[in-house]
Amino acid sequence: MLPSLLRSACLAALALAASIPPAGAQGFTPQNPECIAPAAPGGGFDLTCRTTARLLNEYGIVGPAIRTQNMPGGIGAVAMNQVLAQRRNDPNVIVAVSTGSWVNLAQGRFGRWTENDVRWVGAIGADFGVIAVRKDSRFQNLSELMAALKADPGSVPMGAGGAVGSQDWTKAALVAKGAGADPRKLRYVPFEGGGQAMAALLGGHIQVFPGDASEVQGQLQAGEIRLLAVLSPNRLPGPFADIPTAREQGAEVEWTIVRGFYMPPGASDAAYEFWVDALRRMQADPRYAEARSGAGLFEYNSLGEAFTALAKQRTGEYRTLAREVGLVQQQ
Amino acid sequence: MDAFGHLAGGFAVALAPLNLLLALCGSVAGTAIGALPGLGPLNAIALLLPLVFALKLPPESALILLAAVYYGSGYGGRIAAILLNMPGEPAAVLTTLDGHPMARAGRGGAALAISGIGSFAGATLSVVLLTFLSVPLSRAAVGFSPADYVALIGFALSLLGAVAAGNAAKTWAAACLGLLLAMVGIDGGTGVERFTFGTVELLGGIDFTVLAIGLFAVSEILLLLESPVAAAASHLGHGARLTLAEIRRCVPTMLRSTGIGFVIGVLPGAGASIAAALSYSTEKRLNERDGTFGRGDVRGVAAPETADNAAQIGNMVPMLALGIPGSGTTAVLLGALLMYNITPGPLLFTQRPEVAWGLIASMYVGNVMLLVLNLPLVGLFARLLMVPAWALYPLVIALSFAGVYAASNSSTDLLLAVGFGVAGWMFRKLGVPLVPIVLGFVLGRLLEDNLRRALSLSDGDPMILLASPVSVVLWALTLTAILWPVIGLWKARGAAPGAPPGCPPG
Repeated sequence: MLPSLLRSACLAALALAASIPPAGAQGFTPQNPECIAPAAPGGGFDLTCRTTARLLNEYGIVGPAIRTQNMPGGIGAVAMNQVLAQRRNDPNVIVAVSTGSWVNLAQGRFGRWTENDVRWVGAIGADFGVIAVRKDSRFQNLSELMAALKADPGSVPMGAGGAVGSQDWTKAALVAKGAGADPRKLRYVPFEGGGQAMAALLGGHIQVFPGDASEVQGQLQAGEIRLLAVLSPNRLPGPFADIPTAREQGAEVEWTIVRGFYMPPGASDAAYEFWVDALRRMQADPRYAEARSGAGLFEYNSLGEAFTALAKQRTGEYRTLAREVGLVQQQ
Repeated sequence: MDAFGHLAGGFAVALAPLNLLLALCGSVAGTAIGALPGLGPLNAIALLLPLVFALKLPPESALILLAAVYYGSGYGGRIAAILLNMPGEPAAVLTTLDGHPMARAGRGGAALAISGIGSFAGATLSVVLLTFLSVPLSRAAVGFSPADYVALIGFALSLLGAVAAGNAAKTWAAACLGLLLAMVGIDGGTGVERFTFGTVELLGGIDFTVLAIGLFAVSEILLLLESPVAAAASHLGHGARLTLAEIRRCVPTMLRSTGIGFVIGVLPGAGASIAAALSYSTEKRLNERDGTFGRGDVRGVAAPETADNAAQIGNMVPMLALGIPGSGTTAVLLGALLMYNITPGPLLFTQRPEVAWGLIASMYVGNVMLLVLNLPLVGLFARLLMVPAWALYPLVIALSFAGVYAASNSSTDLLLAVGFGVAGWMFRKLGVPLVPIVLGFVLGRLLEDNLRRALSLSDGDPMILLASPVSVVLWALTLTAILWPVIGLWKARGAAPGAPPGCPPG
């Protein structure tokens, strides 16, 4: 009785001293936990946050209800600046992040912040790039497309849901690079989201849509489109099982869209460990597989240190790529 | 026809007690959410999503609830626009043009009633079209190329002159200002930052709600501060109720506006704002001789409201038939389906008929509910104006600001709204109309993005803009719309050389 009282008194004093909610050395308990989705409702970030928040509560891993907050702007730039400026030590907040954020981070589009300024918590799954064409397309496989691009990069109108330099564009650029063509000479049309790009593909306005596996699934199953390749290391399950990877077709093009979270840099180790462990337990739950595919994601394991290493490695790679194709802005 | 059988199955789903209750709840919530400027259906649905899962609703019930919030908001959006001149969504901007003058003349109740009837007509007729034509229509809609969008938006912009009364130079200056504001943020084509002044907060551009709340609501308050007594008194009074003759007069307007709204709504890249602008200016042109538009014509309220709701339902066509969201809100609805492990796409109708047809049937039910719900409440809403302005306006502003902050969590947005408020106050003093600013803003972004797309497709050749018959027809209409007032002026001058050109003060 007495020792426990003493302990809570100590904890309370500690909490007061640190002027943050009690985050003891062990047994960190989040208070008013929050997940920041750095985009408007309806996109991938939003789905990442809402799915994770729901499952962590539903599986009883995090007690207090996790609130999802939308903070749109610059594929995560606004949210990162807000968190780093105003909530540097907040142990109760996780922020959704994706490969798309890393691509922009690498191009210096997040203000003065870099991949070394936050704590990378972990991934909850991944989506993979695909190269989609309409069912009646002249291209039967990736090699034919690459040959056409090599002959004349501007001969194939393609489009996706992001600007030049975005992760969507990077898929097209990597295919062009693989074919030995100059990515800057591509005839690339940016759309407002993958849905509009899909509409343009179905309408025949563009010939190739370098999209993500999850967003093309409905049209693929309906037979409206064909996939020339999936840009994953191995073949994907389900409706994608018959589609060869780019590597199988002799092209070293891979594109993984990792979805996960980071935390503010000042969060304590206990808080960091708590969230890493929470994601680990969530993914270990037998019910998780179904929920993950509901969020349009495939299995992808990377937590804590591994995820930190991944974030830094990928951002570095994209920085090199951006420099190669002349995208990097003046710093 | 096959659709009847499916629809009957859909009604079996929609009329289940739970789903009826959810449609009712969604309709009420939607109306309330639409009524509050600042909190749009997009954020409302996002807020409701966790609740839907917590209640463990089956997917069709969840979709029925969320969709009811969506189309219910189309009914609520007009309330603040008509009574307070505070549009909360792009389409409601057009409703202020005739709705607010009606309210000022003491006919707020009548304006609310006709907008309710228009909303119902537009929505219900559109649901009928959706029931029978969604698949062929969605096929046709994807054929609409970026160049066609450019022509469509160009046409809508050319009608701006018709939308705003008053000085043409000021109207166009205002529209250009709107176009300029639309450029703030990351450029969608190249990813370059424009007019962000080095701040990250402006990377995402300016939000429509922020602009509308600033220009309309905040500036209204500033005007009120100047003469609190006069402003409070001018709204009161009970004008004539809506007459049957007026409703009859609106029937052709509603039919035309439904057609315009639905067709525009089906296009995945256009929105309710274009639909409302086109239908309003069409009606104004057709009834030019009356000279009553902009001063409180019932048809000026019926047109944008009908088109707005028709476009909302039209938006569901590509969503249901193709799995392609036509707007941010339908994107959230699709996201909800995904969370249920339902893949939206062409197979939805065959794989999960209870979801697709249940939703369609519930839209018939929901719209009847909304009409029944809204008409008796008209008097109650109109009585809102009996609250003294010094209490009402600050309350609405506070709610709007809370809504803006809840959506973006950005204090920059609030500061921007205040800035736009001061600007709006000055514009009103200078007689610069506010509606073209907002329309220029909404259309400007679409115009630029699509022009970009068209020109990247053609490798810079501008002839792509005239490549399709649709584009050619739309450009011809645009040219007519621009030249029409000139011809009219020339004719008038020929007929009566002494008559001054009728230009009512804006």
